[in-house]
Amino acid sequence: MHRSITVTVNGQARTAEVEPRMLLVHFLREVLDLRGAHVGCDTTSCGACAVLVDGVPVKSCTMFAVQVDGKSLTTVEGLASNGQKHAIQEGFKEEHGLQCGFCTPAMMLVASALLEENPNPSEREIRWAISGNLCRCTGYQNIVKAVQHAAATLHPQPAGRTE
Amino acid sequence: MFPSEFEYLAPTTLDEALSLLAEHAEDAKVLAGGQSLIPLMKLRFAAPAILIDINGLPGLSHLQEDKRGRGFLRIGALVRNAALERSELLKARYPTMAAAAPLISDPIVRNQGTLVGSLVHADPQGDWGSVLLALEGEVVAKSATGERRIPATKFFDGPFTTVLRPDELAVEARVPAPGPRSFGTYLKLERKVGDFATVGVAVSVSTERGVVTRAGIGLTGVGPANIKAVDAEQALVGHRLTDKAIRRAAELAAAASEPRTDVRGSADYKREVVRVYVARGLHQALAAKAA
Ligand SMILES: Cc1cc2nc3c(=O)[nH]c(=O)nc-3n(C[C@H](O)[C@H](O)[C@H](O)COP(=O)(O)OP(=O)(O)OC[C@H]3O[C@@H](n4cnc5c(N)ncnc54)[C@H](O)[C@@H]3O)c2cc1C
Ligand code: FES
Ligand code: FES
Repeated sequence: MHRSITVTVNGQARTAEVEPRMLLVHFLREVLDLRGAHVGCDTTSCGACAVLVDGVPVKSCTMFAVQVDGKSLTTVEGLASNGQKHAIQEGFKEEHGLQCGFCTPAMMLVASALLEENPNPSEREIRWAISGNLCRCTGYQNIVKAVQHAAATLHPQPAGRTE
Repeated sequence: MFPSEFEYLAPTTLDEALSLLAEHAEDAKVLAGGQSLIPLMKLRFAAPAILIDINGLPGLSHLQEDKRGRGFLRIGALVRNAALERSELLKARYPTMAAAAPLISDPIVRNQGTLVGSLVHADPQGDWGSVLLALEGEVVAKSATGERRIPATKFFDGPFTTVLRPDELAVEARVPAPGPRSFGTYLKLERKVGDFATVGVAVSVSTERGVVTRAGIGLTGVGPANIKAVDAEQALVGHRLTDKAIRRAAELAAAASEPRTDVRGSADYKREVVRVYVARGLHQALAAKAA
């Protein structure tokens, strides 16, 4: 039995008929054609499928599309606005925060949610925030730098905060 | 991976949810954070015909103290682990819970997963069960026909099994307010963030003039269910937290554990970690009291 759901995705209202068992990640990738949410492990472990639901990171392989009816979603496709890269995207570019790029969309979304909650995070807080996202390439060092770069662009601080 | 087909129901009032549960009991499953249930459905270890999503129910997101009687903390069924991790109230008054919250799964999973859902799931590797046993908490269950309060010591009924009836909704968990001189912590050995415990130990003690009046010790990952180390607790009550008393309690807790050898470690190793962590937790209690 299909259900009609209406979701605001990256600022745009989208309505679709879905089976209750359809996972959010398949709804995004296959129904809305937004391929930025990646299926890595499919077992709630890697975080590559993370998107923001009402600003909060969730693993979209572990939520049904019917659960986000009426909610507001941000995917990596919605980070840039008016042709302008988001500060976190700029940070990943400047600091070489990615290699293969598989983990990157979710990393950037999780980092952008962190910066909303905590504009000037310590290195420890950054590492905490991304600890649910696996990266098999970078060793995380440049991801941390990318987030610091974004924090500095968004909220320039007179002096760096220490732990 | 695709779960089997199911019918999705999203009640908007508690009464509606309870009557749906009464009607569908055996065929239905409650969906809270979904962080245990959805993975099981994807693997088809669970295939409920009906899913009752409680996320739209009002009045289940409370995390607050109630002053009635000796006082207690109420944790609503929709309180997420992320909220527990960020709670100033827990940091100030419920140190065992405050220590456990950031060690459960990973930050993204904690945005969804609930404490009450974790208790009902009753995974022997689950951390909240041990915390609730150590703190002597209880679960409040509601059904269309009434309400009952189930002590944590009676709630778990083996691996992935509780005494909750299929027509019942667990609406909140309760934890007694701490006495004036109380301390607690949760120590967890895990291989990496997001892993279940190799061993987890919940400790909680109250003292009066240096003498232990109440002790709670819960063990994770070392038995077919969370274990309350009753002998170790009783050995502490009435005594000062001396090195000798701590050593004795740690040995009794290790003896109460029933670990099995698996990928996370050998049975002997895990039993040894129980002993070390119980002693460490109690020493921290002593230090905190002295401070
Ligand atoms: C990668 C990963 C790592 C994890 N690591 C840990 C860990 O280290 N420690 C740990 O303790 N847990 C861990 N978990 C489990 C996680 O904390 C779960 O979220 C939690 O155990 C279940 O809570 P939930 O709200 O998601 O429940 P759900 O998945 O929604 O439900 C679980 C079960 O409880 C039932 N249920 C839920 N709420 C109610 C209710 N109010 N009334 C009646 N029945 C109800 C459901 O029907 C279902 O059977 C991990 C999970 C993942 C995916
Ligand atoms: S694909 Fe969702 S967590 Fe790995
Ligand atoms: S850049 Fe390849 S997984 Fe992170």
